[in-house]
Amino acid sequence: MSSSEWPLWEVFIRSKQGLDHKHAGSLRAADAEMAIENARDVYTRRSEGVSIWVVESKYITASSPEDNASFFEPSDSKIYRHPTFYEVPDGIEHM
Amino acid sequence: MTKNEALFKYVTRIGDNSLILGQRLSEWCGHGPVLEEDIALTNTALDLIGQATSLLKYAGELEGKGRNEDQFAFLRYEHEYLNCLLVELPNTDYAYTLARQFLFDHFNYLMYQELLDTDDKQLAAIAEKSLKEVTYHRRRSSEWMIRLGDGTQESHERIQFALNDIWEYSGELFEADEVDQMMLDAGIGVNLAKIKTEWHKNVAEVLEAATMTKPQDDFMQLGGKNGIHTEYMGYILAEMQYMQRAYPNCEW
Repeated sequence: MSSSEWPLWEVFIRSKQGLDHKHAGSLRAADAEMAIENARDVYTRRSEGVSIWVVESKYITASSPEDNASFFEPSDSKIYRHPTFYEVPDGIEHM
Repeated sequence: MTKNEALFKYVTRIGDNSLILGQRLSEWCGHGPVLEEDIALTNTALDLIGQATSLLKYAGELEGKGRNEDQFAFLRYEHEYLNCLLVELPNTDYAYTLARQFLFDHFNYLMYQELLDTDDKQLAAIAEKSLKEVTYHRRRSSEWMIRLGDGTQESHERIQFALNDIWEYSGELFEADEVDQMMLDAGIGVNLAKIKTEWHKNVAEVLEAATMTKPQDDFMQLGGKNGIHTEYMGYILAEMQYMQRAYPNCEW
């Protein structure tokens, strides 16, 4: 059995309660259960997480790099969309 | 045999099981069939070495001759190692490695679970920490048995062949001798007869899910618990002890 026959999975880790799951990387596994276990062994061995999500990479639909100009560049010139004129109170984290 | 001598042997046996299996698994480091397995298996190896460290440190204290865990791990002779034969068997291939792990994990899990209630505080503390690790080991190796047993025709044949081949080393796990009896009577050791029944039940459940056949209990190989080892043991020690033998007291 070679790894190229195993599907690719994307791994999302929640580093602590209250935070979002963040993309940690990807790995290969034969099934979902094995993907969770491999994610545990590969991505949480240094106490990086309290929760794991895995999703088979083929189920992720991604934007295409060719669309970057029309997708993202228009927002570069719209500084008024950034809430930069507010002061964030002390003690508010993760904003 | 005094109670302390029996406890020393009892703790050394558990520690040596972890030490030698940890050493065996570490041979896969850099050679795993896929990257993810390489990391997972060496994680398990490190868990076991960690458990061995705690146990052999405690064994050194019980012995009272000033030996620490490193001296226990690296400077004893073959007949002084009291691990069961199962853990010293060669890795051979991934089927053998996982079959060995599966049989041992199910034993280790039940043993540590029972040891939570031991009257020996130190052993209870080690059991509590180790049980979390071993619970995961057992889950992982059981999943693999099912995956391989209920996988392709080739994976099924190979895992069944490996299981059949090493089955004769499973009986020693439950073979109670004077040390086990003394520890059981003292409220320290586990009841191996009780564990044996549960082990057979749990193992049978996984094997059924894996569409595998549970081998019949027949002749069982014994000896490791009393320092009589297979021909493989010397090679493990030669590799494991090389640094300390070649450069006595070297540290890194």
